[in-house]
Amino acid sequence: MLPQAIAFYVLAAVTVIGALSVIFARNPVHSVLFLITDFFSAAGLFVLMGAEFLAMILLVVYVGAVAVLFLFVVMMLDVDFATLRQGFSRYLPLGGAIAFILTIEMGIVAASIAHTGAAATSSGPLTQFGSVTNAEAIGRVLYTDYVYIFQAAGMVLLVAMIGAIVLTLKHRSGAKRQNVGDQTARTEAKGMRLVTIKSGDGIEA
Amino acid sequence: MTIGLSHYLVVAAILFTIGVFGIFVNRRNIIVILMSIELILLAVNINLVAFSVFLHDVVGQIFALFVLTVAAAEAAVGLAILVTFFRWRGDIAVDDAAVMKG
Repeated sequence: MLPQAIAFYVLAAVTVIGALSVIFARNPVHSVLFLITDFFSAAGLFVLMGAEFLAMILLVVYVGAVAVLFLFVVMMLDVDFATLRQGFSRYLPLGGAIAFILTIEMGIVAASIAHTGAAATSSGPLTQFGSVTNAEAIGRVLYTDYVYIFQAAGMVLLVAMIGAIVLTLKHRSGAKRQNVGDQTARTEAKGMRLVTIKSGDGIEA
Repeated sequence: MTIGLSHYLVVAAILFTIGVFGIFVNRRNIIVILMSIELILLAVNINLVAFSVFLHDVVGQIFALFVLTVAAAEAAVGLAILVTFFRWRGDIAVDDAAVMKG
């Protein structure tokens, strides 16, 4: 049990420190990199709990897609981030007080909920659902009971993709674009001109 | 030294409040606000997975999967709006974002 406890405390500490670094970093690129650290340690916590599939999904989706998307946007936008930090110290006391109260409240709730109801009678973490692996257990429920919600999730992603494309697609009026109709409608008569040149005269365009 | 449900719940609670705190203090920097929202959703996922594992019910992990999906979609659309806003205004100061309303 001791190696597990050590792993938990290390991963939890990295998660919390990484999260704090995300919001306190002066450079947003550093924020994104701390966010990646955070996702990695959270994935470690998932593995520790026995949810390997979600841990891998977390790495693939968050680190592989979302964090890289953030990185692209942060690097693409030419923004003076120093001016965006104005008011940071002004909001710090109030935000800190609210965060402190919220942490205490949620900590109390978490500590009490873990010792009442079904959670109190829990025989500890279940890492093995029957004789199947974690991914198989998820798949068996996901593709049967929750198949319509699964389809709806796909629809959400499709709508988000179309929305993002529509939002960022820019039609510049001056840009030269390919016009397939014009290209295929072009004939010999339109595209070619035969001229007879008298020797020594040259031609005017 | 047994790590129980409350340990994971406390970590998730701390992560959640750090996310809320990040929204408070970085009010003007919308990129960090989006990252704070990601932190909040990560905390929610840790909660869901912890309860799923300790209550021996795999459905919690299914829900965490859907939260992950929605979080990814939200980040994509949010950043797309941000890029459009930047092209239009030349900066990303959220204080002026009210001009976006129709």
